[in-house]
Amino acid sequence: MSVLEIRDLHVSVDAEGGAREILRGVDLTVKSGETHAIMGPNGSGKSTLAYSIAGHPKYTITSGTVTLDGEDVLAMTVDERARAGMFLAMQYPVEVPGVSVSNFLRTSVTAIRGEAPKLRTWVKEMKGAMDALSMDPAFAERNVNEGFSGGEKKRHEILQMELLQPKIAILDETDSGLDVDALKVVSEGVNRVAASGEVGVLLITHYTRILRYIRPDFVHVFVDGRIVAEGGAELADELEAHGYDQYVKAAASA
Amino acid sequence: MTTIADSQVELAAPTGREEAWRFTPLRQLRGIHEQLNDPSQISIDVDAASGVSFTWADTATQAPTSGPTDWASSIARAATTRTAVVTIARDVEVDSPTVLAVTGGGIENPQVGHIVINAEPFSKATIVIDHGGSSTYSENVDINVGDGAQVTVLMVQTWSDDTVHLSRQHAVVGRDATFRSFVASFGGQVVRIVPTVEYTAPGGSAELLGAFFADAGQHLEHRSLVDHSVPHCRSNVMYKGALKGDPEAGAAGVAHTVWVGDVIIRAAAIGTETYEVNRNLVLTDAARADSVPNLEIETGEIAGAGHASATGRFDDEQLFYLQSRGIPADVATRLVVRGFFADVINRLNVPDWQLRLANIIDAELGLEGIEEGSDDE
Repeated sequence: MSVLEIRDLHVSVDAEGGAREILRGVDLTVKSGETHAIMGPNGSGKSTLAYSIAGHPKYTITSGTVTLDGEDVLAMTVDERARAGMFLAMQYPVEVPGVSVSNFLRTSVTAIRGEAPKLRTWVKEMKGAMDALSMDPAFAERNVNEGFSGGEKKRHEILQMELLQPKIAILDETDSGLDVDALKVVSEGVNRVAASGEVGVLLITHYTRILRYIRPDFVHVFVDGRIVAEGGAELADELEAHGYDQYVKAAASA
Repeated sequence: MTTIADSQVELAAPTGREEAWRFTPLRQLRGIHEQLNDPSQISIDVDAASGVSFTWADTATQAPTSGPTDWASSIARAATTRTAVVTIARDVEVDSPTVLAVTGGGIENPQVGHIVINAEPFSKATIVIDHGGSSTYSENVDINVGDGAQVTVLMVQTWSDDTVHLSRQHAVVGRDATFRSFVASFGGQVVRIVPTVEYTAPGGSAELLGAFFADAGQHLEHRSLVDHSVPHCRSNVMYKGALKGDPEAGAAGVAHTVWVGDVIIRAAAIGTETYEVNRNLVLTDAARADSVPNLEIETGEIAGAGHASATGRFDDEQLFYLQSRGIPADVATRLVVRGFFADVINRLNVPDWQLRLANIIDAELGLEGIEEGSDDE
């Protein structure tokens, strides 16, 4: 049982004319076995939340805390956070020329597990995970994210999540740019991980489309750097029907 | 403007104003670009593979080079008395590399050397010229690739920090012959290597590859020239370099690399296919990478000609991505740098030396022997 606790998190970035505050007091608790959806309009700070928790150097935490099972996540380096059990599926994963997917995955799994997996079982494990995501075995020999289609990039992110078995998985707009078939495959991957009951999932999305395939336990509406409304899956249905307008207007007049 | 074709013979010592020398720190060359005072013959130990013959010959009996010469290579050739001659007899194919270990004799007096590689028709071999130690060294290498022969020449520079090394390497590529040059420069204070290629008949193919890694205070310069004067030949040039200076050390901390890739396609050379590329990876401040592709085309009837050059900083987003998967920063850096060099090193068809070059690059990063989980399957 793991718990990610975010308390009064304030985050800013360097911009023209000085630091600009993007997160303005975020409170959120995610436990193993729970699936949370964070939904909000573009520019509301959803991705900033994801990257701040992962430790991207672009973002400065000005106040607040993030803990995983009581451990101070913000005091950890990026790789220490991952080894502690945090995972971020990125919206725009970068290319790493000359590094094969299989080399990358094995190096990563070795770092997370603390020892190199036995080659024989590893190859089987990787092939099995790729097969579950309908990925061609030849994919393993390609360079990381180089020339990948949008769908291939997202499948590759979910593949990593399944192999690394994190405690808390944050998925940043994993649904964006996917056709229905790819969306189904990716959603099945997320559901497999969630069904284990050992992973807390934080799904960041702009659209309700992915929530047809992944049923969240909690929905949080994110506007202007903070959570402005919370509810169960029914909140997503309401957003589908009415959009973000009422929340955006309420935040503007507040 | 001086064209490539005009600049092939130098009749006087360079002053630094010449196009070919404008990047080179002449004052650090200890005079060997002007004159050689009391030169001695460099030490060369040869481990010839079975099927490859080696002899020492009187340099005066060797044919003059047909390739372009600069003043430094001309005076070095004149001062050389013995030539290391490697011969692969007609039709003989040799898999294991023949290694010429060239060892410096100190920096006080200049040293000279001349190596000739004769690959007779339809032979196949790999020759490694492995440079190490301290030296002030001026070198000529002549390579004859007979009709249908396939030759790989790997030049490795793991010199001590105080070495000055000027080298001119010229290959004559015969009908349907394949020549592959790989220049790997890591050590030395100033290293300036000029690999040149000419073709004698159609069907020849030349690949000029290079990997280099410059640290603080190093000047590593590579100037290739491919002279297409006969029809239907191919050339492919790929040099990749990394630079790691010391921003705290002022001018002495600058890592400097130069790549100049000259390709001439003469009027007779119809059906030529050529491509050249240089990529540089800048790991720190205090780094300067000069990259100059030159393509002169005198006929429109070619199969293809192109060039590319790019110099970029180490990408922190790559580092973040790899670290976010639990990979420690040093392992991640090594993955990225190895990945950067992978495409050029993978084209060296000598597995043992591929691994050696990868290990040298790790050592240049200061990251040899760190833990990881990727023994290459």
